[in-house]
Amino acid sequence: MSDDASGVATAERGLKGAEQAVASFEEEDRGAVRRLQGFLHRFPTTIPLIVLLIGVVIFAFAAPGKFLSPLNLSVVLQQVTIVAILGIAQTLVILTAGIDLSVGLIMILCSVVMGRTAVVYGVPLIVAFPLGLAAGFACGFVNGLIVTMLRLPPFIVTLGTWSIFGALNVFYSRSETIRQQDIEAMAPFLQWTGTLIKLYDVGKALGLDLLFLKGWVVTYGSILMVVVAIVVWYILSRTAFGRHVYATGDDPDAARLSGINTNKTLIAVYALAGLICAIAAWVLIGRIGGVSPQAGQTANLDSITAVVIGGTSLFGGRGSIIGTLFGALIVGVFRNGLALSGLELLWQDFAVGVLIIVAVTIDQWIRKISA
Amino acid sequence: MGMKLLRMALAGAVVLGAMATSAALAQGITVGLITKTETNPFFVKMREGAQAKAKELGLTLISAAGKFDGDNDGQVAAIENLISAGAKGFAIVPSDSKAIVPTIKKARDAGLMVIVLDTPLDPMDAATATFATDNRKAGLLIGQWAAGTLGDKAKDASIVLLDLATNQPTVDYLRDQGFMAGFGIDVKDPNKYGDEDDPRICTHEISQGDQEKGRTAMENALQKCPNVNVVYTINEPAAAGAWEALKAVGKDDGSVLIVSVDGGCPGVANVKAGVIGATSQQYPLKMAAMALEAIASGTLPAIDPAAGFLDTGATLVTDKPVAGVESIDTAKGTELCWG
Repeated sequence: MSDDASGVATAERGLKGAEQAVASFEEEDRGAVRRLQGFLHRFPTTIPLIVLLIGVVIFAFAAPGKFLSPLNLSVVLQQVTIVAILGIAQTLVILTAGIDLSVGLIMILCSVVMGRTAVVYGVPLIVAFPLGLAAGFACGFVNGLIVTMLRLPPFIVTLGTWSIFGALNVFYSRSETIRQQDIEAMAPFLQWTGTLIKLYDVGKALGLDLLFLKGWVVTYGSILMVVVAIVVWYILSRTAFGRHVYATGDDPDAARLSGINTNKTLIAVYALAGLICAIAAWVLIGRIGGVSPQAGQTANLDSITAVVIGGTSLFGGRGSIIGTLFGALIVGVFRNGLALSGLELLWQDFAVGVLIIVAVTIDQWIRKISA
Repeated sequence: MGMKLLRMALAGAVVLGAMATSAALAQGITVGLITKTETNPFFVKMREGAQAKAKELGLTLISAAGKFDGDNDGQVAAIENLISAGAKGFAIVPSDSKAIVPTIKKARDAGLMVIVLDTPLDPMDAATATFATDNRKAGLLIGQWAAGTLGDKAKDASIVLLDLATNQPTVDYLRDQGFMAGFGIDVKDPNKYGDEDDPRICTHEISQGDQEKGRTAMENALQKCPNVNVVYTINEPAAAGAWEALKAVGKDDGSVLIVSVDGGCPGVANVKAGVIGATSQQYPLKMAAMALEAIASGTLPAIDPAAGFLDTGATLVTDKPVAGVESIDTAKGTELCWG
């Protein structure tokens, strides 16, 4: 500032200096934006994390005393667990530039296979439960087989199998609900995922008086979600197979040329996704206590929403599991927060819609600059 | 109504005359059943009832359904197919009670007998006849039961209502408002919920009639209404979901009354187990079977002109009867249940 003031005397030199300063300021500004884009490209989970924190702050004020209570936040975690697990399965598929519209129905079908086989047909759980897991794996395997062997777009294939799995669900379940009490009597293991763990009591059992844990409750289902997330994260980031998944999604031709068997990779991805859906089925039984062939009808779109809001690119090759967990939490926080704020359901749907569009816009923007 | 009945009877007589005796004439008759969806247990049972009746009467049954609740286009296509197939008539549970009316008119103009089940058309007389449950009465029964059970405490109740959908379809507001009227709440507009100002109503939440969403709705409601002691639910899956949420916070000790509507076998079993206090039982199999009989014979059963529709009944099922509210116990309810 003092330099400028003294430079008034030598006008021409001063002007030159000012011009340069303006020019360099503009360049710096563009550099900052570029740097931000570069940063987001490298750490795409930053945005969902920020949105999540903003959501938490907004609802802390919009629903004072209700939203931020440990009990409510525990409930939100329970509410998002199923969608988050399906989201992990969906992330795997979307990373290969595919999409799986059948995840929700694979989950319902598996829950019916587990519950009905054990309770209605009286098959021992040691057979019925693995049968349910196998059903999920098989559904995913079929998806992958059709996608690779018939070379059809995943969107079309899974739209078809969505309908087929739905029909199989009605066929096997006869649309009959299995009650919580019947599962409890004959196959309580299926409800294990819904068991509540009071964190404070756990601390106490370990001889720790952790007061801040009072009121916090998690289910084994949520812990299972974290375990699934860690395993899939490890596979994606620490194994050759994981790199193949990213490479196949980023540029399948290049991946093939560099020696990756993309068909094998794709089939493995869909089959793994199906197996994860079966795990979600187990968590679903724990959450509702019984088996309802009607439950989870919106789970397909909910899982895609979580993945997209979590910053995974629908064009494949870029995204992360942790992003999807944030995505699921964001949707859960907004739905719960808006409900506690007294807003009608339609505004919850509205808000989720806005979140999706914003997320995809940001994704496009990052892609454009980095390209 | 009388004129219409007479006309129906005449039409039936003509048809009867044209064909031989009743047992033989049923041969070759095609009838239809169109439900809202093919997965909802209520409609699955309805279809099973229709199939059994069709077999008994020797009818060819074509069943169809919308893809989802509210799918009008799917039902329009189903009706067009039945007209093409030369069906004698069909029974339909309309997904959109207004939008389907022109297509129903087309079918009736083509000579088909149209019996509307469960959800009346708007206007109701667009159908040949309507066989339905009085959903408002179904709600009324559980409302009266809840008020009677609470006794003096009813005036300090904290009520959570787990409804069906934000657009308040007919069955949704009829059950909800019936419950309120039975409980002794001023319902204001009887064809809409959410406009009441009774302080005992703590919140309305949307369950979509789904067990998982029912649990989520109840969890959210618990944050707003920690002292809840009455939960109304649109159907029994929603009630089962609400129960899980209540159990998770230790409110499964009998401190909260859950009431519901449907009378499905899992629901009645839940009444027996004490999960649901009382439920209003409806009879989808009976509805469908009666409709098929009417279409096959071409004659309608007697319909009370004041109601405008044939009431297939709603019965309160509970093991804790309340004086002044007629009910059956779960043993009887189990005999009559569906799904």
